[in-house]
Order: sequence, then C-alpha cells, then structure tokens
Amino acid sequence: MRRGIAATALVAALGVTLAACGSDSGSNDGGSKSSGELSGTVTWWDTSTVGSEDKVFKKVAEDFKKKHPKVTVKYVNVPFGEAQNKFKNAAQSGSGAPDVIRSEVAWTPEFADLGYLAPLDGTPALKNSEDFLKQAAASTQYKGKTYGVPQVIDSMGIFYNKKIFKEAGVEVPKTIAELKTASAKIKQKTGKPGLYLRGDDAYWFLSFLYGEGGDLVDAEKKTVTVDNAAGVKGFKVVKDLVDSGAAKTDATDGWNNMQTAFKDGKVAMMINGPWAVADTYAGKEFKDKTNLGIAPVPAGSAGQGAPQGGHNLAVYAGSKNLDASYAFAEYMTSVETQATVAKELSLLPTRESVYIKPDVATNEMIGFFKPVVEKAVERPWIPETGSLFAPLVTEYTKVLTGQTSPDAGAKATGDAYRKLLKDWK
Amino acid sequence: MAVDTPSQSVAKAAGDSVARGRSRGTGKPRGAAKRSLSTHWYAWAMVAPVILVIAVIIGYPLIRGIYLSLTDANERNVARSIGVNEIPATYEFVGLDNYTEALTGNQFLATLGWTLVWTVSCVALTFALGLALANILNRKIAGRSAYRLLLILPWAVPGFVSVFAWRFLYNQDNGLLNKLLAGGGIDAVPWLNDPTWAKFSVILVNVWLGVPFMMVALLGGLQSIPGEMYEAAEMDGANAWQRFRHITMPGLRSVSTTVILLSTIWTFNMFPVIFLLTRGGPGEATQILVTQAYKFSFEVSPRDFAQSSTWGVLILVLLMLFAAVYRRVLRKQGEVW
Repeated sequence: MRRGIAATALVAALGVTLAACGSDSGSNDGGSKSSGELSGTVTWWDTSTVGSEDKVFKKVAEDFKKKHPKVTVKYVNVPFGEAQNKFKNAAQSGSGAPDVIRSEVAWTPEFADLGYLAPLDGTPALKNSEDFLKQAAASTQYKGKTYGVPQVIDSMGIFYNKKIFKEAGVEVPKTIAELKTASAKIKQKTGKPGLYLRGDDAYWFLSFLYGEGGDLVDAEKKTVTVDNAAGVKGFKVVKDLVDSGAAKTDATDGWNNMQTAFKDGKVAMMINGPWAVADTYAGKEFKDKTNLGIAPVPAGSAGQGAPQGGHNLAVYAGSKNLDASYAFAEYMTSVETQATVAKELSLLPTRESVYIKPDVATNEMIGFFKPVVEKAVERPWIPETGSLFAPLVTEYTKVLTGQTSPDAGAKATGDAYRKLLKDWK
Repeated sequence: MAVDTPSQSVAKAAGDSVARGRSRGTGKPRGAAKRSLSTHWYAWAMVAPVILVIAVIIGYPLIRGIYLSLTDANERNVARSIGVNEIPATYEFVGLDNYTEALTGNQFLATLGWTLVWTVSCVALTFALGLALANILNRKIAGRSAYRLLLILPWAVPGFVSVFAWRFLYNQDNGLLNKLLAGGGIDAVPWLNDPTWAKFSVILVNVWLGVPFMMVALLGGLQSIPGEMYEAAEMDGANAWQRFRHITMPGLRSVSTTVILLSTIWTFNMFPVIFLLTRGGPGEATQILVTQAYKFSFEVSPRDFAQSSTWGVLILVLLMLFAAVYRRVLRKQGEVW
C-alpha cells in the first residue's frame, strides 16, 4: 500500500493535523521596570485599512518611543478579515501572539471568554476611564471585568458621489423605496448602477435587517430572532435590491471591488463606515473632498438603524511585557492620540473630551457620524457575538446569488445560531 | 495454500508480500525474527531514524486526529497555555457521535457530492488534455522543446501565485477576462460570483495547473513504447486511431494508472485552488471536503476541532477505499501492481 501511505500523508497534512502552526516571531525581550522605567518590546497587531489608515497608526504607535525611550514598538498590520483567527491561533499555542491587539468590539468578549486577554482594571491602561463614551466602553466589559480600552467607535452611513447625483438629478434616498427609484434614475441617466452592496460580508446586511425591525438575537430573552418574520423580510429586501438592479454585489473580493468602483465613480452609492473615509478620499473622484456626500442609511419598513461597531485595544494575557503593554494601550487611546487620529483619518474618538477639540469639532465626517453612532443599534456583548457572522454570511451570500430563498436562508441561519447558543429559543 | 493455479499465485505474490512472508515463516516465527535482527541489525539501525521521524510527523497527528474525532473538543474546552496561565482540557469522549452526525446530516453528503464531481471532472479533463498534448509533443515538430518548456510553465510557478493571478483575471469588473469579452461585445461573466460559473472556474484553474504533470508523465510513457510496433502496425494496415487504441493506450497503461491514482488523490484534496479562489463560496457552492474541514477548524467560531477531525478521518477512509478498489479492479484486469 505505498499509495495508501501517500494518501495518509496528504490527508494527515491537510485534514487531520491540528498541530498548531505556531511561529516564534514576535517574541519579546522581557521588559523590566527596575528604576521605574519601562523597557523591552511591545508588538502591536493593527487591523486598519492598508494604504491609508495604517500609515498614520504606524507613525503614532512608533512615537510611543518618544515618551518611553527604552521601549521599542513593533507595528504589525494584520488584515482585518484574518486577524480574529490569527490571534486565536497564536494565543492558544502561546507563541507568536502580539502583546497588544486591536480587537473589534465583537471579538473582545470572545477573546476574554477564552482566557486570552489580561484584565485591565486597576492598571494604567484605563487612565481617565470615566471620559470614555458609555457605548464604547460597553463592549470592553465581560463578567464584571474590563478587557479592552476603546480606541475608535463607528457606525454606518450611505456614502454618495455628489457629481453623479447631480448628473442624474436625484436626491439622497431616505428610505429603501426611495433608494430603488433613485438607483433606477441613476442607471437610466448615467448607465451606472446605483448602490454597491457587499455580498461577501454580512456586516453590510445588518442595517437592512434592523430597518425591518429584525435583529440577530435577543440576548435578554435568550431568543434567536434572525429567522422571525422581520428577519426574513430583511433577507427579502436585500435580495430585491440586487434582483431589481438597484444594487450591485459580488460574492468575492467585496471590499476591494466596492472601494474601486466607488472611488472611480463607477457606482453612485455605497454603505460604509468612518473606516472607509480616508481610503475613499484617496480615489480620483474625491480629489475634491466636497464631492463625497454622506447620509444616514435608508430606512426600512420598521425604522432606520445601523450597527454600532468599533475597536478596542486589548492586552494579551501571555504578554511578557505587561507593564509596557498597559502603557501602550493607554497611550494609543489618550486624548492627544485620538485627536491626531481623528484629524488625519476622520475616525471617531471614544473619549468625550476629544470631540470638543477644534480640529475634531469641525471635521465634517465626524460631525455626521457622531449622532449616527448615538442612535446606532448596539449588539449584545456576549462571547458568541463574534461567532454569529460565519453562519450568517454563508446564507446571506446564498440568498443573494439565488442558491436559496430568503425564508430558507433565514431559517438555516437561525438553526445554526441555536446550535451555537445552547438552550436558547 | 498459495498454489491453486499458476495465475493466482502470481497475483498473490505480486500484490500481497505481507501474507507471503507470514505464511513462509509459520514454522518458527520467533526464530525468524531473531535471525533477522542478528543478521540485519545494521539495516534496522539505519531505518530506525526514518521510522521515528515518520512516527512523529505522520503517526502522531494521525492518531491524535482520530482521537479528537471521538471527542467533543472545540476551542472552548481544549488545553490552552496563555503566558503563566495553563488551562487544562475539559473535553469529553463521545464515541462515534460525530460520525453519525456527519453521515446522517446532509452537509457532509452534499459536500461529498460536489467533491466527487470536482475530482472526476478535473482528473478526466486533465488526463485527456495531457494525453493529447503528450501525443502532439511526441512527434518531431519545429520548436518542440520550446513548446514543452511553455507547457511546463504552470507547474514551475508556485501554485498560490498562479491561483492569485487567476483570481485577478476572473474579477468581474476589473478582470482581464471580462475586459477581453467586453471587447468582443460579450456581457461580463460572473466567474466567481455565480454558483455554477464558480464551479466551472475552479475546475478550469485546476485543469490548467494539473496538465503539465500529466503531460510530462505521459510523454515519458510514450517514449518508452518502441517505434517498431507502430511500424509493424502500419505494415499491417492499421490506421492512426487503431494504432492509438491498440498500441499507445496499452503501452501507456502502467504510467496512466499511476498518474490517475495520484491525480485523483491530489485533486480530491486540492486545498489551495478552492481556498484561494473562492474560499468555498459563493455560499458553499465550491466547498470541497478538505476546505470545509479547514473551515470547521480555523474559520468558524468556536472552532470545532472534533468535527474537523471527523471529516479528516472520513476523507482518509474514502481515499483508502478508493485506492483499494482501484487496485483490485486493476488486478482483475491482469495488471501487476
């Protein structure tokens, strides 16, 4: 059975092997605090958009050295889509994990539940924590302890190209119905599709689900709600947008396709958040920054709502340099750093006192998103929140590409959630 | 015992050396082992490191995988070491529950169905194309070595590089393929966005990647067929098809059975093409068994190590069954393998 052995080897290598792919990069020189001065290396995994946001964050992070000359910051940009799994891999095996990670709000309770994060209560990381927006601080709490420092907060809105809107003679749509008529008119006048809707990431589906009065789960009543009548309606709405030609979508490479199409003026609208502003300004259509318009997401039949998101900085429990890591997390979320980031990237600060800074108060994007965030729909910060997207995105893409009906898609998502959330209705 | 008819004894001797060795040694098994050790101790010592390495890199993961498939291990209950904190494992033995679940649910069977379609169509197309190209290149044509070099190119480029290149080509809005089609007045094709097109696209890429291997292997086989046979056949009035059917095909048999088996196993587990092109999407349209097993273990949350291992073991069993059946069929046809 020589071939049998070959088969065994192949399968063993691909399917069965669970030996962690540990790497020993990013090891730390154990920092010491003798004489009260911080030293050593802090490795930070950032997940910001490459090509625009990352440059600013890298510079800001490396400037930490100015305050603590003996600490070296190692900046690593990990693509947002991979960071959750990459961190889990590294954190579980205990090697190659960063000291500080930019953890998305939904990941934070999950990482904390798995024991990967260091509790921050009573450490320097939470300096002036009463200044943080309540909404932003909510996701950092797990079982009465704090596991993250809020770095940015966000929500979603509709980005539109003012030039195309003028050409087609349409107004900013306030409802789904208006969105459809506006799209039809844009298509007729300019030949371009109206809206780009990401089909490969279910986060872009949430505002339509909320608009119909639906939600993924109801954590208080311990009930799965994605497959109730409102949930099914949410799936029907997005399916109808794509089928009627009001929205264009892709099942792969959604982020790049969306940004390229919008930046080159090939599509009139997209739904997106503050994290896309810096990248969008880099496009040729938006050399004149005033061409970029922004408005609340269109309302559905039951109201209007966009998800509240954001990022926290969390410290890895296995870090060999906890003291410097706490100081770094504090520095990256301090008033000065947040003001710089807000000014350069139009990202929303998590500290109340930053919003009144002159550069921040006059920023159009921040001025728009601040009230949107206040009204945004908050997700339940349970460890499973980070797990809800994997089943949803599969069914969402299936619905959009016509492989399953909205009813069946919603039902399959609900079933997967019930398997995930033991004893929920 | 092994002397019924001459033909059977040949088959047994060639196929099953283990049985043969054991039957010969039934008289004094212990003495034989001792003698073998004393005369061949040097050989055993030389083989030992290899056996050790194989046991560590293949045996351990395999046994661990089989063990995990009999438990309910997932991310939340396996042992973790985070800095100074050591969290012990709390998963439990659940017997064959994972297997019953996989084999009675429709996800495994649906994925298996597409995996079979994918394997059969990829292997059939690769073999047909490889054979055709090998036959063309086996003649004396101008620039033969240049053609050979070009055709081996897909093999020379690292797999993930070419798959990424294909992904760019396939892009619906900005990809080269659709730009070319637009030049010919054809509407954009949703290469990776439509479930049916995506299936077609992944098969196309895998065929493109697999043809060079087939071609080179079959070319080698073709060159080992003596030219006199073709001459003799021509003298007897055989036409081109008859010569191909009755000389080339039987002459290639030993090579082609091996490459088909290898190609089937490789394609069945062709992780990079599916993963890098579509990640199994849109939806789950192009998900094959290995990519789904990977998804269980690395993409869903909490990561389901038990189910992933179960699928891994099932893949192993399926491929071993295939190899066994394939061998038996060949043996029945009188092939010595």
